[in-house]
Amino acid sequence: MAGESHHTGSPSALVRVSHGTVVRGTSTIWSDLNLEVFPGEFTAILGPNGSGKSTLLQVLLGRMPLAGGSAEVIGAAPGARRADIGYLPQHRAITAAERIRAIDIVGLGLTGARWGFRIPGTGTAEARRERAQIHEALDLVGASHYAQRAFGELSGGEQQRILIAQAIVRKPAFLLLDEPLDSLDLPTQASVVALIREVCTHQQIGVLLVAHDVNPLLTALDQVLYIANGHALQGAVDQVITSSQLSALFGMPIEVLTAADGRRVVIGTPDAPHHHGHRHSDGHGHG
Amino acid sequence: MSGYLLPAIIAGSTIAVACGIVGWFIVLRSQVFAADALSHFAFTGAIAGLVIGISPQLGVFGCTIACGALLAAIAGRTLADDLTIGIGVTWVLGLGVLALAILSRNGNEGTGAATALFGSINTLTGVDAVIAASIAAVVIGVIAVIGRPLLYASLNPVAAHARGVPVRLLNALAFIALATVVAEATQALGALLLLALIAAPAGAAHHLAHRPAAGIGIAAGIGIASVWVGLAISYCMPTLPASSAIATVAAAAFAAAALIATLRRSPARRARRHSVITHTH
Ligand SMILES: Nc1ncnc2c1ncn2[C@@H]1O[C@H](COP(=O)(O)OP(=O)(O)O)[C@@H](O)[C@H]1O
Ligand SMILES: [Mg+2]
Repeated sequence: MAGESHHTGSPSALVRVSHGTVVRGTSTIWSDLNLEVFPGEFTAILGPNGSGKSTLLQVLLGRMPLAGGSAEVIGAAPGARRADIGYLPQHRAITAAERIRAIDIVGLGLTGARWGFRIPGTGTAEARRERAQIHEALDLVGASHYAQRAFGELSGGEQQRILIAQAIVRKPAFLLLDEPLDSLDLPTQASVVALIREVCTHQQIGVLLVAHDVNPLLTALDQVLYIANGHALQGAVDQVITSSQLSALFGMPIEVLTAADGRRVVIGTPDAPHHHGHRHSDGHGHG
Repeated sequence: MSGYLLPAIIAGSTIAVACGIVGWFIVLRSQVFAADALSHFAFTGAIAGLVIGISPQLGVFGCTIACGALLAAIAGRTLADDLTIGIGVTWVLGLGVLALAILSRNGNEGTGAATALFGSINTLTGVDAVIAASIAAVVIGVIAVIGRPLLYASLNPVAAHARGVPVRLLNALAFIALATVVAEATQALGALLLLALIAAPAGAAHHLAHRPAAGIGIAAGIGIASVWVGLAISYCMPTLPASSAIATVAAAAFAAAALIATLRRSPARRARRHSVITHTH
């Protein structure tokens, strides 16, 4: 399947999209998109609202076909390796979970797709292993001390950690996070980014994280994929995040400043939020 | 206790357990309005059954489950919206009023309509009790099999769907399980009051327990207790209909649970019961 790939990456890439094109209705969302993600690599998908970031995740989950090009996920067609992918959707229906214990929400990531129930007293070894796995995920995201509380009683950052724990509890090979920083304040964004970086390195998971503001991510990322105006640009942070590359992609002047400590700050991308905690900013379609 | 209470106790208890378990999911999914709608469909089904000349019981099951399946089909992978349900309810209720008019023109409206609206748990026979217990057993069995994926689909529908959980099928099964317990509860509590056994014990359980398994058990337990206490009260006060006694007990249980939850949520309790209560969250 990777035979047509024009990339020269090693065959162990978790994700490989070559010259991908997606059409929704009559409009082409993006075309000629190339992406490779390797284990332990942290990639951000960036771009204005409506540019097709979530659409790319749908393609990788096998829920939307490519109109052109090819895509491969964990060595198979998209959708074939569902159980090995952790996924945190963009629009999270959390109201129903208000009164459910956080640890049970994490547990659903492990056993939620299983039919039937275990008769008490049977399969205790497996149950014990599952419980250990759930606690391991809670430890990893630093949520153990509030795992027994109702989800609705937790802060936004704590809820986000619980949902990340749900996404990683199966020890997936590959993690898709759709705007996990949305509606979090800046310090919480920083700690969630640090957490994802650690999970990525520690578990050797390939991570694709969708965001519309790159700045909170810059120090943690391995590479970025920008999508804008139907085009995509993938590369290492210092190759892609430059004034000339971004200005060409967005078709407008964009400045990349380098601070004294070497960190970059991107100024002027459309959709960099004016203030944080702007839950409903999506869907207005700036793109 | 005299012999006529036994079928009432058996039928009432099994109905209460099924209503509690299904109700726990319905409250979780904010579908109480759909449950209310289905109780109206049950009323129309009962009257239509009388008009056509089949048993009202069959009419109730046929109409409620058919309407439940229709709602599920309209809803698809989402949950049916209140507008669709509300319009559906009034339309089907209109058909019920039409059926009632036909029935009264034939000089035959009296007890059938009253039974459909208010139930008659004390007139249930041994056969009714066996049927109720069997239906409850089937519903409980179905929920036992689909419970976990249904919970996943209710809490994280998009993630569950991406994992391959058949969210649309589970939504449909939840609607049909609900329609079945609504139809079954109609003969005991009547279309007007049956929501008491679906919403109140389950609502109380959501206030009292954050663990799904515990919550489901508590919902079933409060349902049974409501039936027993209600039956006992109406046994001692014959002027009080059993269905209103049961509904009152269930509502009281819900109010008590809500109160307990409010007291528990106070900041003082959260801070490991060390500080003084200042305000509730
Ligand atoms: N179900 C759909 N049918 C047709 N077009 C859609 C659908 N959902 C989204 N789109 C369009 O696809 C584009 C990309 O959407 P999306 O991937 O959600 O953007 P992003 O996640 O980057 O904000 C948008 O222009 C949107 O209008
Ligand atoms: Mg999106």
